[in-house]
Amino acid sequence: MRVLVTVKFTPDLQSHRTFTDGAVTRTADDGSMNELDENAVEAALQLVEAAGQGEVIALTVGGPDAVAAVRKALQLGVGRGIHVSDAAIAGSDVFGTARVVAAAVRRIHEEEPLDLVITGMAALDGLTSMLPTALAVELDWAQLTLASALTVADGVATVERHLPDAHETLQAPLPAVVSVTDEANKPRYPNFKMIMAARTAVIEEWSLADLGVDPASVGTAASRTAVLTAEPRPARTPQIVTDTGEGGRLLADFLIERGLA
Amino acid sequence: MTRVAVLVERHGEAVAAPTLETLTLARSLGDVAAVWLGGEPSSAAVAQLGAHGAAEVRVVEPQVRAAAAAAAALGAATADADVLLVTSTFVNKEIVTRLALATGAGVVVDAAGAALVDGHVETEQTVFAATWNVRTRITTERAIVALRPNTTQAVAMPDAVVPSVVTVAFEPPTTREAVVAVEAVEASDGVPLAEASVVVSGGRGTGGDYALIHELAELLGGAVGASRDATDEGWISHEHMVGQTGTTVTPRLYVAAGISGAVHHRGGMQASGTIVAVNLDPDAPIFEISDFGVVGSLFDVLPQAIARMREARA
Repeated sequence: MRVLVTVKFTPDLQSHRTFTDGAVTRTADDGSMNELDENAVEAALQLVEAAGQGEVIALTVGGPDAVAAVRKALQLGVGRGIHVSDAAIAGSDVFGTARVVAAAVRRIHEEEPLDLVITGMAALDGLTSMLPTALAVELDWAQLTLASALTVADGVATVERHLPDAHETLQAPLPAVVSVTDEANKPRYPNFKMIMAARTAVIEEWSLADLGVDPASVGTAASRTAVLTAEPRPARTPQIVTDTGEGGRLLADFLIERGLA
Repeated sequence: MTRVAVLVERHGEAVAAPTLETLTLARSLGDVAAVWLGGEPSSAAVAQLGAHGAAEVRVVEPQVRAAAAAAAALGAATADADVLLVTSTFVNKEIVTRLALATGAGVVVDAAGAALVDGHVETEQTVFAATWNVRTRITTERAIVALRPNTTQAVAMPDAVVPSVVTVAFEPPTTREAVVAVEAVEASDGVPLAEASVVVSGGRGTGGDYALIHELAELLGGAVGASRDATDEGWISHEHMVGQTGTTVTPRLYVAAGISGAVHHRGGMQASGTIVAVNLDPDAPIFEISDFGVVGSLFDVLPQAIARMREARA
């Protein structure tokens, strides 16, 4: 069982998240691996552990700070880390990012075939959930998205997914791209030994040239969208009352006054 | 004239409310064709689509479920469209991602609005749990925008004509993915959570008793939501979970009862119009993003509020 997990460096949810020049500000101080990628790492580790053999590889695409996401994956037990970094990647839209990730996946798949690529269900900064599908199309592999359960047997992956109107069971032959939800498992915590080992682990650095990707096909220039403006929204001005027997009436009056009740 | 296609969202044979909002927005952009995937629309549905802006209804009859097949079906019906508008759902995001890779279209999802500016589609989104407004231009010739429900007011046209119905030839492709089982989720009474203009949510503070939450939701014509805590406890099914990984809601009114407002929950509801909260803990983070909050027990506050609203209506 050979599984690649894509991980993304995102600003911490509790931090003060901002935009700089139309792009999400990402600094090493308040960022880490996207929380939902922990479920992808856990799913990959469980499959390899159950198979009794194999390898989990973590891959990230991004600037110098993004390596922190791979290091977090190594802390959790991932055996090999790869960081694709190139100035030309900056400003890529999801299609540019998918092209780069696909090129890296193909290279790893050529070394030795992969069974699965597992991703999180969304990155908690952009929340578009588009990458898994775009990656499957680029690779021309099956897509099994939003899995709340994942099993692999006899060269076939089976997932369950919970949509608002239906619970589906989907199957596809390997290799496949699978995205897992936060219902899929409970991610493990890194132990001290793993944290120390991850600190000094060698993470492979690949450039676009290493992957044979034309720099003009990714980055800002190739992006199909451009952020024109990004502005903080005015904060609400909360009106808070303590219930001393009249709280419900005050709440109702507030709603009636606003024409909401 | 710009050609705009709108993918119709449905509940069985009925047109879903967000599609009427999308059509309303679409007709401000150009000539509108509605796309009906799977089966045939009833004459009532066709008339409703027409009343909200569709000059034509394009029907792709084969039923498809896998994203790759749905993208092919939608592509067959929208080959001439400059702009495609869909409702922002997980399923539609997958479909439009595939379609965009096939056509070269630029995509914005989770948009709160769209307009044509200098021949390009520009969109508005709220991001980072609705703490930032972002305006984006789609720079490609073809544009796809996935719109969040409740971001446009649906308005019927007074002088609408019944649209023409055109059947689109389509042969479903074979896909790698096979849907081997589908179990329909029993629709709860009333409007679906993602589409509701009012959402009343209960969290840990309910202790598992959702009677008051249901009563208030019913009174306000809204849907019932819940926090992750509550669905994890098994008090209420996962379909009710509001949050970044559950259902993202943007109703006109959001009522949070007994919900502390953990960051994942806030990310799923912070873009709501008006937010009110009831919580025993004066330091609950939900109060920071509320327009009106009551520090107190929901078992005291909600019955009194319900009684007061009934009295005001009587």
